[in-house]
Amino acid sequence: MGYDCVVCAKQVPDTKNITGQAMKDDGTVNRAALPAVFNPEDLHALETALDIRDRFGGTVTVITMGLPKACQVLRDALYRGADRAILITDRRAAGSDTLATSYILSTAIRKLAPDIVLCGRQAIDGDTAQTGPQIAEKLDFTLISYLEELQALEDQTIRVKRNVGNGWEVVEARLPVLLTVMNTANTPRPSGAKRIMRFKKAKAPAEVAGEVAAQMPQAGKPEQAAETKNRCDALAAKGLLIDQWDLSTIEADLAWCGLAGSPTKVHRIQAIVLAGGQYRQFQPTDESVGELVGELIRDHTIG
Amino acid sequence: MPNFFTDNEDIQFLFNHMNLKHLAGVCEEGFKFHGEHDFAPENAEDAVDNYRRILETLGELCAEVIAPSSTDTDRTGNVLNEDGTVTYAPGIKNALDRLSQAQLMGFTLPYRYGGLNCPQLVYTMSNDIVSRADASLMNIYGLQGIAETINAFADDRIKADYLPPMAQGKWTGAMVLTEPDAGSDLQSVKVRAYQDEGGNWYVQGVKRFITNGCGEVLLVLARTEPEIADGRGLSLLLVERGPKVKVRRLEEKLGIHGSPTCELFFDDAPAKLIGERQRGLITYVMSLMNGARIGIASQSLGIAEAAFRLARNYAHSRRQFGGPIEELPAVRELLVNMRTDIQAARALTYFATYCVDIEIGVVRKLESGATLDPTAAKQLKNDSRKYKRFNSMLTPMSKYWASEMCMRVSNDSVAVLGGSGYMKDYAAERHLRDARITTIYEGTSQLQVLAAVRGVMAGTALTVLDELLTRDWPPEIAPVAEQVREGQKLLARAMEFIKAQNSTEYMDLCGRRLVDMAINLIVAALFCDHATASPAKKALLHRWLSVRLPEARMNYETITSGNRLVLEEFAALAGPVPALD
Repeated sequence: MGYDCVVCAKQVPDTKNITGQAMKDDGTVNRAALPAVFNPEDLHALETALDIRDRFGGTVTVITMGLPKACQVLRDALYRGADRAILITDRRAAGSDTLATSYILSTAIRKLAPDIVLCGRQAIDGDTAQTGPQIAEKLDFTLISYLEELQALEDQTIRVKRNVGNGWEVVEARLPVLLTVMNTANTPRPSGAKRIMRFKKAKAPAEVAGEVAAQMPQAGKPEQAAETKNRCDALAAKGLLIDQWDLSTIEADLAWCGLAGSPTKVHRIQAIVLAGGQYRQFQPTDESVGELVGELIRDHTIG
Repeated sequence: MPNFFTDNEDIQFLFNHMNLKHLAGVCEEGFKFHGEHDFAPENAEDAVDNYRRILETLGELCAEVIAPSSTDTDRTGNVLNEDGTVTYAPGIKNALDRLSQAQLMGFTLPYRYGGLNCPQLVYTMSNDIVSRADASLMNIYGLQGIAETINAFADDRIKADYLPPMAQGKWTGAMVLTEPDAGSDLQSVKVRAYQDEGGNWYVQGVKRFITNGCGEVLLVLARTEPEIADGRGLSLLLVERGPKVKVRRLEEKLGIHGSPTCELFFDDAPAKLIGERQRGLITYVMSLMNGARIGIASQSLGIAEAAFRLARNYAHSRRQFGGPIEELPAVRELLVNMRTDIQAARALTYFATYCVDIEIGVVRKLESGATLDPTAAKQLKNDSRKYKRFNSMLTPMSKYWASEMCMRVSNDSVAVLGGSGYMKDYAAERHLRDARITTIYEGTSQLQVLAAVRGVMAGTALTVLDELLTRDWPPEIAPVAEQVREGQKLLARAMEFIKAQNSTEYMDLCGRRLVDMAINLIVAALFCDHATASPAKKALLHRWLSVRLPEARMNYETITSGNRLVLEEFAALAGPVPALD
């Protein structure tokens, strides 16, 4: 028995450690100025997956889409106990919005045919909470969002307590499912010392190629490629080669990827600064509360 | 992310400055484990990188998970249940679970038993870091010496049965030595162990003040030779927690509330003999105790570090008389003394641990049975003797000085916080309560001095100083090193004076002053070395000498005065024994 889980992880700028240069002049995030970290809620998704494996058996595969440096989150996942890590990297995926990203990830996940897919509720850079649900839609998996507690997993049935903001729902579903996990669901386990000692050397081919190019700048392309292959073979022999897939590997339709597959257009980014004068006080009387509600309705804030 | 390893400049400095690569070579025995275990390092750089990453993991856990629950742990404490089991404070339970998940409970055990095969020095750094987060957790985390003792002295069967679960953190241990009438004087242990006709061992009797006595693996010092009344009649036995071992009470203590201190009753509990009979106290417990003393020294460092940081922060933000109190010279001196003394204790303790690692490596080589050419064999034997001498002096010195430092620093931390420091709103009062035990357990300060003074009088301190000071110093350090040399001569003269008295009593009376002199100078020599690598350490060196050389001269003067009033006029000076209500 056992369940094969796939965890989608994202490398994000660490918004906990904001510095002055966190935003560019155009209002977008200056990723270069912020340290890159494992998206916090994805760690909770990973923990849920590891917990499922520990209790019921199975495997945990972590996938991430991004530049080769995103391998750092994959290694982090291996330190914490993941069995396998896959990097999806392809220049043609650049500029993907949540729709294109979820298409690419769903295509990759389909190849893995898991029982359970787990995502963090949302990423701290975009805060959309869209990618997970969109993956479920494309895979035609049942979506259970806002997981707060995995209550039961028996045969092909899962029971989950989900947080719906003003209360909880307990839902049951048949596998396969996609779960999005809240940060209140668990405490992510720390990295294991021995796993760090082992997997710190794990690399994806793209990282190896970058390393070779830096170390042998004079060598020609074929020579560099041969050296890269040698090093990758050596890593693979030790079980330390991180799988690397591109859009061709996962047979993605390019029309759905990258900028071409991304309908989202950022119209305008506005920095809203609330100044001290922009508020009104309402007294705790029926009349005054009525006035407040009326104002909110006229303002289209409610109603 | 907050991290108690990466944010500690002094530990970072020592980690980078001390020759960890050399220790890695010693521990990894020529990196022969690399083929056998997929995580074992392939060379010294790889090993040191592992040490750094391991401590980073621990540092993060300490800052993010352990420190935030330490106040709660202090207030909740542990609970003795009616069925004789003990429930840890939630913070302690959670911390131990996390440390096990992080695979950090077998720091120095060999790879084959699931350990990390780290040098003692890296383990000492880890104890320093853990104790800053929660001093009482260190009392359980720091009991990894139990597994080390089993590894060093037990037979292969016992090692295979007990070490893997201990390395995984499933089982914790306890050293079960103290009895109501056998505290500092362990030779008078009464708990007895006997064999039945089938040769099976059993333990009978009561032990008290047992840290983590509720643990699964108990190493019990017991009398196996009833006809021998002293330490030679004692053996070390392993008793597993079970129905024949009862926790009768938990002590209510001043501090370290997260650490359960148990009274244990062994009701003919089944036991296994560790190593050989009669070597329990004289070999095994002595070895265990030396490791534990370094452990308490590092616990003292961590508590002091936490206390200092709190005071430094408070003095910066607390405003009185129109400015922050850190601008007042008196407060400045408190803060400078605190930080100076922490660095001194850390330099001494880490140096002592480094020497322990070297000794372990040398002994391992000698006992490996490898054929060595006669010159190499002779060299190894000399090294073995030398480091044994070094360690039997440096270990009690570190335990004594670091724990006394911890008392001063935690006390001064309360002083800096003033009235607020006396209140439970801040952790300062907890640090002070936690600190108080460090000068007592694993041998009181007075006993550490007793042990260290014998090493000093045998000339070991002078040898250590020679080794540290004999080198080509850069021009800016050379004159300072010369000042330390002058201090060394003063120490030699003080020793001559004591020798000429031909009285052990006088030697013990002068013990603390003489040991203080030696420590002041050894730390000064270490600081000279550190100053070659860091401008901040240069200022530290000058501050240290400006305070400690005059102190050494004062101690010299007192020692060579030959004054014996404390002994001769005890009755007059201590007064009559008062009646207590």
